[in-house]
Amino acid sequence: MASLSELTHKIRSKNAGPFWVTIDLFCEDDAHYKRVRDGLTLPVIARCLLIPENLVKRFEIDNLKVIKVSFQRKYFQGSRLDRDMHGAQFAFLLEQLQID
Amino acid sequence: MTKSTKILVPSGVLGLGFSEDALIQGLKRQPDIISIDGGSTDSGPFYLGMGVSKYSLEVCEAEWHLLMQARHDNKIPLVIGSCGTCGVNAGVDMMFDMTVRIAKKLGHSVKIARIYCERERSEFQIALSENRIKPLEPAPQITQDSLSKITHIVSSAGVEPIQKAIEAGADVILVGRATDTALIAALPLLNNAHKGASWHAAKIAECGAFCSTNPSSGVIFVEVDETGFTVEAMAQNALCTPETVAAHMLYENADPFILLEPGGHLDVTDATYTALDARRVRVEGSQWHSSDTYTVKLEAAKLSGYQTTLLTIVREPNYVAHIDDWIEKLSRICNTKIKQSMTNSKSTHSIDFRVIGKNAVLGELEFSESLAPELGVLVIVTADSQGEADDIAMLINPYLLHLPLSEDEPIPTTAFAYSPANSSRGAFFEFALNHIMKLEKPCDGFPLIIDEV
Repeated sequence: MASLSELTHKIRSKNAGPFWVTIDLFCEDDAHYKRVRDGLTLPVIARCLLIPENLVKRFEIDNLKVIKVSFQRKYFQGSRLDRDMHGAQFAFLLEQLQID
Repeated sequence: MTKSTKILVPSGVLGLGFSEDALIQGLKRQPDIISIDGGSTDSGPFYLGMGVSKYSLEVCEAEWHLLMQARHDNKIPLVIGSCGTCGVNAGVDMMFDMTVRIAKKLGHSVKIARIYCERERSEFQIALSENRIKPLEPAPQITQDSLSKITHIVSSAGVEPIQKAIEAGADVILVGRATDTALIAALPLLNNAHKGASWHAAKIAECGAFCSTNPSSGVIFVEVDETGFTVEAMAQNALCTPETVAAHMLYENADPFILLEPGGHLDVTDATYTALDARRVRVEGSQWHSSDTYTVKLEAAKLSGYQTTLLTIVREPNYVAHIDDWIEKLSRICNTKIKQSMTNSKSTHSIDFRVIGKNAVLGELEFSESLAPELGVLVIVTADSQGEADDIAMLINPYLLHLPLSEDEPIPTTAFAYSPANSSRGAFFEFALNHIMKLEKPCDGFPLIIDEV
């Protein structure tokens, strides 16, 4: 097991419009990319974010060695219970996530 | 062979700043147009709800002055979209007044085009009844109640209204809400450049130098032709590499390959990014797919109450260690007191306690167990009127300062950082639409007004 912060060289998270958050995981080389790609599955993401899998989209961008995770916000940007308008702190949640 | 179209983008948004040297470098490339964005929904629903700008008018005016001078010297059009942050009609009027003021100061005669993008609620309701409104995923529910509380609806213009203004010979084009990309794609598409390349170049350049190694340097230059586009950052210390350019396609985009636009979508699945040298990247292979119907995206904010906040800091170790118990007790006592003292039984107020230093940001997702020496307690009160929100906050205030954890201990005093500890925040807004509206013609509902000053 290793944490995603060890397997990536950058994780960034940002709002993509008021209704989605998108997280980009940048990997240094093919070996790390393959490990992140195989380990960071849809169920793993959904468990980490505590949201249903059908609200998550996952993309593999091989040429950039990037895994992209986009999910529908539980609370829309700036709504009463929203805690992070720009959604950037989700990156730190993923950084500590352990995968095989 | 059609000549290429050269677009200079000074920065991601007017008011954010850009390097003047880099702007001069860009102007040396003899651009055909200067395009800049004026806003977005990025800073939340308040600006659209109130119809006000996020950036300082003074800062915007200083930057706009430089761009108007550059436009005049190079005899090229200058276009700005999403005027006044949110693109309401008042934002267009604000930019119009500013443009006239600067033109007079500089002694320029300028043909100014205004494109308004705000939609009346009645127009929206007609479109709704004609089944021309479709939700995107996820969309807030449209109810009679939410409709009645919407203060502004804007629709994002595509390239067509902007092209109309360019064809009319406008020097300065002020667009209400527009897609960030439409401002940049309008001219190359008018010049019959490659459609996929025009939209893709626009997406890459829309945040200024964000697609380079030095995002804060601002100025970016794109040249679009019949097969693709070339992108270069204008600051000496900023480089565009295939990685920085391709990675920008991911930025703030839920889908890394597809971008929905009025009249179709861009697909960059097969795009190739090639370094021409250390500074420039060539992009080819992006595809544009026209849609059968022409739709524009709608944005709206609704008034969702009024807020008052309180903030205190807890330092006493026993209280820091038992913060959850303390908040639970605080919440319970305050809610009981409010119920006893408030006469408005229909009140929809809410009180949210957030412990800064524990889980204020991630909430139930927080994983860290480390304990900070002090904790901030932020209390957010939302109610139907400012008076009610203030009253509730005033009721909470003494408990936030003095509530003991148990009955048999001295009364504590937490640290208020200022007086008063409660702050009235005024009107509170929430986004109310994530919908598209079908139009008969691309310029429907985007009135164009041209003045010469």
